[in-house]
Amino acid sequence: MTHYAAVLLFALFASVVFGITQRETPQRMVRYGAYCFVLFAGSAVVLSWVMYLIAR
Amino acid sequence: MATTPNKLAAAQKDTQQGFVYLPLIAGWLVPGAGHFLIRKWGRGTLLAVSVLGMFSIGIAMQGKIYGSAHDILEMLGLAGDLGNGLLYFAARAFGLGADQVLVTTADYGRAFIVVAGLLNVIAAVDAHNIRTGRKS
Repeated sequence: MTHYAAVLLFALFASVVFGITQRETPQRMVRYGAYCFVLFAGSAVVLSWVMYLIAR
Repeated sequence: MATTPNKLAAAQKDTQQGFVYLPLIAGWLVPGAGHFLIRKWGRGTLLAVSVLGMFSIGIAMQGKIYGSAHDILEMLGLAGDLGNGLLYFAARAFGLGADQVLVTTADYGRAFIVVAGLLNVIAAVDAHNIRTGRKS
């Protein structure tokens, strides 16, 4: 498994739990879960680029 | 209009009957079981798949299962692992996972296992909140 695949799986599972537990209605659960997933995956990509640029 | 308060009172009475901590304890011991007890089948299935998936991936990565705590960081890791409930005890009993982190993927696996436990605790508390009527 690649590092990125691990990040995506982590983001997916954590987002599902956050979405279900932190919101009341199914529609809001899906929206919040998607929001968390984008934040998880997006922040991993951004931080990876930041570390890459720092290490140069 | 007159039936609405009656229905609300009946629903509140219904949620107060029985042992209110049962979904919390069941949800901790078996991922998703707390929601199954209160007939939230879809949510319970998704939570169970998520927690079991994270735990399984962590084990497959040879992640460390904390057996004892010698310092504060190990104590926190052990607390996270214990959140997995019976999965943790089964992993300990069958010798799954690794005793020490030796490769990079094992460190990721350790994080997966710990976070799976923490997410399971959140799910169990959610089941308790639904049971007590604090959440729908």
